[in-house]
Amino acid sequence: MSTILSIHNLNKVYASGFQALKNINLKIRKGEIFALLGPNGAGKTTLINAICGIVNPSDGKIIVDGFDIINDFRATRSLIGLVPQELSTDAFETVWNTVNFSRGLFGKAPNPAFIEQTLKQLSLWDKKNNTIRTLSGGMKRRLMIAKALSHEPRVLFLDEPTAGVDVNLRKDMWEQVRHLKNTGVTIILTTHYLEEAEEMADRIGIINKGEIIVTENKTDLMKKLGRKQLILDLKDPLGEIPAPLTKWALAFNPEKTQLIYTYDSTKDDNGIAQLLADLSSAGMTFKDIHTNQSSLEEIFIQLVKP
Amino acid sequence: MNIHAITAIYRFEMSRWGRTIGQSIASPVISTCLYFVVFGSAIGSRIAQIDGISYGSFIVPGLIMLSVLTESISNASFGIYFPRFTGTIYEVLSAPIDYIEILLGYVGAAASKSIILGVLILATAGFFVPLEIKHPFIMFFFLVLTSVTFSLFGFIIGIWADGFEKLQIIPMLIITPLAFLGGSFYSIKMLPVFWQNVSLLNPVVYLISGFRFSFYESADVSLPLSLLMIFVFLMVCIVLVRWIFKTGYRLKS
Ligand SMILES: Nc1ncnc2c1ncn2[C@@H]1O[C@H](COP(=O)(O)OP(=O)(O)O)[C@@H](O)[C@H]1O
Ligand SMILES: [Mg+2]
Repeated sequence: MSTILSIHNLNKVYASGFQALKNINLKIRKGEIFALLGPNGAGKTTLINAICGIVNPSDGKIIVDGFDIINDFRATRSLIGLVPQELSTDAFETVWNTVNFSRGLFGKAPNPAFIEQTLKQLSLWDKKNNTIRTLSGGMKRRLMIAKALSHEPRVLFLDEPTAGVDVNLRKDMWEQVRHLKNTGVTIILTTHYLEEAEEMADRIGIINKGEIIVTENKTDLMKKLGRKQLILDLKDPLGEIPAPLTKWALAFNPEKTQLIYTYDSTKDDNGIAQLLADLSSAGMTFKDIHTNQSSLEEIFIQLVKP
Repeated sequence: MNIHAITAIYRFEMSRWGRTIGQSIASPVISTCLYFVVFGSAIGSRIAQIDGISYGSFIVPGLIMLSVLTESISNASFGIYFPRFTGTIYEVLSAPIDYIEILLGYVGAAASKSIILGVLILATAGFFVPLEIKHPFIMFFFLVLTSVTFSLFGFIIGIWADGFEKLQIIPMLIITPLAFLGGSFYSIKMLPVFWQNVSLLNPVVYLISGFRFSFYESADVSLPLSLLMIFVFLMVCIVLVRWIFKTGYRLKS
């Protein structure tokens, strides 16, 4: 597969002196859905804004479809559509006017039929003459998408597209994103939910504190991250793990009140049944048993210190 | 040249103006009428002619300039400040357009509004006093040049401002006093020599003088000097705008 976007040694230091991006290297393949996953403040928006021309990169090179984003900005920006994180709209404009404005801004001749089709796809056609301030939050989000698609971009950035969108609308939105992918559009979305990245993406990149920690195919990454923990609350704190159980690679919590067993949830045989049998034959008793899926924070720790 | 983008911005700005057309047109026209009632008739009838021109007619060019200056600045500064304030500027910044095209859209629209306004005030004045325009082309040239220059200046203010107060402060604290002291209502030749010299530091004097010359061939300073001063100011604004877009000042972080 060919590369549509490549980023080389990109750094961003804001005027405040804060380094939001640290030596980013990333390649996005043509036609894929790429999820950029990271906690708040990781640098996702900064990265997208640098590619789209809203943030000045401090250092490095960004190439879109063979064009440099600074020297050939007209070519790269014509290819890109951006749905920003914030819902910023002209409250007093109508839906129809604002979407046509966007198309013109991106240098395309008017095409009412295409705009009509886009608005219909996003269920906004019956709102075309409404002023934007009369729209609900979900409609505004879809309007931002319509604006971003109005000039028929080949690369679409969705910056936290589901923030504040309810479950049903979220499903519709993913449906539309898949449809776009089928028309050959490359999609790069950001999120801080692992589940969202898992559901949508072909590949996932994890960003933390301005650094891309890993980029991998979704399935490979999910295997890595599929580790779960079985936590056993002990009745009485133990000094050490009893000899017959050493083969299980069990760990204590710092207070030694819990035994922790880490297993791979994607495997059929996770060993839990055998472990419980061994524990009971060792005569150990528990107050409680529960499982724990690695949170995003834990995944970062896991990835940073393998 | 991204013609579609220029048209899109220009249309957007003009339709924003169109939505408040009553307010945008009526308020300057009404205040002009008030000036004529107060200065032209009530007070003007007791003031002798200036350079052989009746007082009512004498103040027409200055009144037009006063409105054109303030409206250019307020329209252009608001036009660019508002998208910055609401965040919709992201779209302009990420579009395939360069700064010349952005200027043609925003400043072009603001200047167009000022020109329309100037012509309307001129027509309104025609109802109150006899008007004669000796050099209509020079008159129109001054109107266009002033509208463009001060719209550009307003655009710069709209980018510099980081709050609505700052947006108002320059027109209120600087432009209005300069315009009032710039010979809108009197010839600076009527001042003592010292204040005449001080007035020559006021750029608005050159605008009004040149504009008035195109009507009555009566001027405080020579026509070429007037033109030169506007060009100098226009150049300063262009240099500033170029710097703004080159560095991304207050537009990009
Ligand atoms: N204009 C700015 N000036 C200084 N720091 C900024 C600016 N914008 C963002 N930051 C900082 O850069 C970091 C990354 O921000 P952002 O890219 O918005 O993160 P994300 O989108 O992943 O939540 C944050 O710590 C944020 O506070
Ligand atoms: Mg963000």
